[in-house]
Amino acid sequence: MQYEQKRETAIPFWRDERILRVLGQVVFVALVVFVATLIYQNMKAGLARQGISLSYAFLKNLSGFDIAETAFPYSRNSAYWQAFLIGLLNTLLVSVVGIIFSTILGVILGVARLSTNFIINRLASFYLEIIRNLSLLVFLIFWYLGVFLKLPRVKEATPWLGDIILTNRGVGIPWGIPTASFPTFRLILFLGLLFALVVFFALREYGKRTGRAPLTLVWSFLAFLLVALIGWFVLPERPIVADLAFVKGLNLSGGKILSPEFMALTSGLVLYTAAFIGEVVRAGIQSVSKGQIEASRALGLNSFQTLRLVVFPQALRVIIPPLTSQYLNLVKNSSLAIAVGYPDVFYVSNTIQNQTGRAVEMISLVMFTYLVLSLATSALMNWYNQRIKLAER
Amino acid sequence: MTKTTEHILPPVLERSNLLGWMRRNLFGSWIDALLTLIGVWIVYWAASGLLRWALYTAEWKVIVVNARLLMIGQYPIEQVGRLWIWLGFLIFLLGNSLAIWGRGSRIAPALLALPVAMAFIFPFGADPRKWLIAMTAIGLIGWGLGRVKPEALKRSVIAGWVISLPIIILLTYGLSKSEASIVPIVRTNLWGGLLLTFLLTVVGILFSFPIGVLLALGRRSELPAVRWFSVGYIELVRGVPLITILFMAQLMLPLFLPEGWTVDRVVRAMVGITLFSAAYLAENVRGGLQAIPKGQFEAAAALGLSGAQTMIFIILPQALRLVIPILVGQFIALYKDTSLVAIVGLLDLVGIARTVLAQPEFLGLQREVYVFISLIFWALSYGMSYVSQRLEERLGVGIR
Repeated sequence: MQYEQKRETAIPFWRDERILRVLGQVVFVALVVFVATLIYQNMKAGLARQGISLSYAFLKNLSGFDIAETAFPYSRNSAYWQAFLIGLLNTLLVSVVGIIFSTILGVILGVARLSTNFIINRLASFYLEIIRNLSLLVFLIFWYLGVFLKLPRVKEATPWLGDIILTNRGVGIPWGIPTASFPTFRLILFLGLLFALVVFFALREYGKRTGRAPLTLVWSFLAFLLVALIGWFVLPERPIVADLAFVKGLNLSGGKILSPEFMALTSGLVLYTAAFIGEVVRAGIQSVSKGQIEASRALGLNSFQTLRLVVFPQALRVIIPPLTSQYLNLVKNSSLAIAVGYPDVFYVSNTIQNQTGRAVEMISLVMFTYLVLSLATSALMNWYNQRIKLAER
Repeated sequence: MTKTTEHILPPVLERSNLLGWMRRNLFGSWIDALLTLIGVWIVYWAASGLLRWALYTAEWKVIVVNARLLMIGQYPIEQVGRLWIWLGFLIFLLGNSLAIWGRGSRIAPALLALPVAMAFIFPFGADPRKWLIAMTAIGLIGWGLGRVKPEALKRSVIAGWVISLPIIILLTYGLSKSEASIVPIVRTNLWGGLLLTFLLTVVGILFSFPIGVLLALGRRSELPAVRWFSVGYIELVRGVPLITILFMAQLMLPLFLPEGWTVDRVVRAMVGITLFSAAYLAENVRGGLQAIPKGQFEAAAALGLSGAQTMIFIILPQALRLVIPILVGQFIALYKDTSLVAIVGLLDLVGIARTVLAQPEFLGLQREVYVFISLIFWALSYGMSYVSQRLEERLGVGIR
């Protein structure tokens, strides 16, 4: 005892780990603070030389520039913050559409990679090898300049696949126009949604009580569809009439016109991300051991049941985390819109920054926006991941 | 027993002939047959369209005329020899490595003969032709040496790859300011094309590696201040697109520095790429660190090693070895991402393409130029990942 005490007091303070820890952190924090203040001072001095002070007040000023694609009414008399908001909405649009379509295509690619059919299998892996080794920027620029801007001119355009018109001024697709009875129909759709939710929870309760596994989602969807169909035919007037795109003079008219920029960016992102999602899906399905499939067949499940009840839930656990990072990549990669001239949040901010010279403010604002988007996406996916995670006992 | 097995023939389907194979792999069921037909149609449609375009419609003259611009930008022609020298060094190392780790691989001689083939197929001038032939010769010498003494050369080849990065940077940039010296400084604003893309990648790898390792260690540190700083940095950088960081580097870096200090645009881009890549690298290295069992730390402590010694001699060598494949993937991604510097106005491969397409005689040839650039990106990145896969197998990383 005495000996130990002696030894402990014998440790000089510069070798005492507890003191060293505190000291190390103090030194580290001091260093970080020192560098940060140095940078801040330099920045302030530099801005003062240019006669600028840091402030976000300029966001209320008139923007004075036009944006090609706007989600809400916007003109050059609107304020900078409205322009920024338009960009943000465009980014969200591209991200959501991109995530939906790249997931669909990615799942198809992943399944194709596992197909026993030689040609399908090879085609999918060939596609993957090509896309994976390309630079996304080069791919997007090529896709925009080399494909979408080289489509036939409006005059020479011919409808394709029914009623889709491909031209170098944009792609026209059929779209619905709401009529007078549309508000009522919307109400009916809402009721259908409620009905579907009721079916969903009832079936889940039934599944929990009996231990069977009803096709909850399918039945819920069918319930929704049923209500929607009844509404469609009961109403005296069709709630939506189809509106085809057509060529009018030198421009497209009617329907919905998707600009070449939007098409190039979204489809390029989808084609690129889908290749990576395909790999994620393939790895997920392969991670389910063969014994699981054999065991479920031995229990008498048919191949659809095996897939739905055994393979899919287990594969999903492996798939979700890497899938999340692919979604995050897609959201971040949508900032390459600037290369094809699509007014997303980064492109609009860059324009604002060029006009006002407020580099520090705009860049920090954009970085903050993307950070929030990323955190929101990963929070959503983490929540989903928590739900499907293996309940360990 | 033997008598009965003699009579058992393999099932008809498993006999290995073409017809059996086709029935198994292409026409197993009617859905399979339908898919096969669709697949064949897609292959035919894509291949015929592509070939027709590449051979008849495309005007490849734009590439031939601008080949030098696309490769090295405005780099002074009398200094090009320096670039060939480091390229030769790389090819020598490649030949060595293929011989040592890629034994049995048939592609090595074919790969090394590629420069000669290029020299004869494409209309190069006399000088590049000579250099290309020299490249193959150097590569074959390296390959031969590697075959003769694979074991003895292993360590020096690895060391060669590591020191090749600073050598590339030094040779390209130059050593002394005076015009009279053998390697005068070539200002970075003259770098361009593939050279710039390559240099950005090399600088990114070289500088982001130590920063990334430090950040990874910081994230696992027991000191909360260090840990939170690392976590904050890594998550911040990983949450934003590279392009915002590049813009920040271009516009804000000059503001951060004291008055009178100037950084040229290429160096700013290099700083941005390095800072970006370091965060991703840190996460990869952290994965390796987490895979090291606790027993290793305890054993090192039992041997009386200090914390720093444990890290440097015990943990990091094992952790880094584990993540080599992931790091190579990261570096390939970095190489592809460098193309984003074109958006901030640098003349890398993509930036040069814009200037080429702005030449009045080559208007409207976007397809040719961008297909060519895609091909370069694709070939180098595919080559890197192929070589790294081979090396992985040989090094036995990941298989224990």
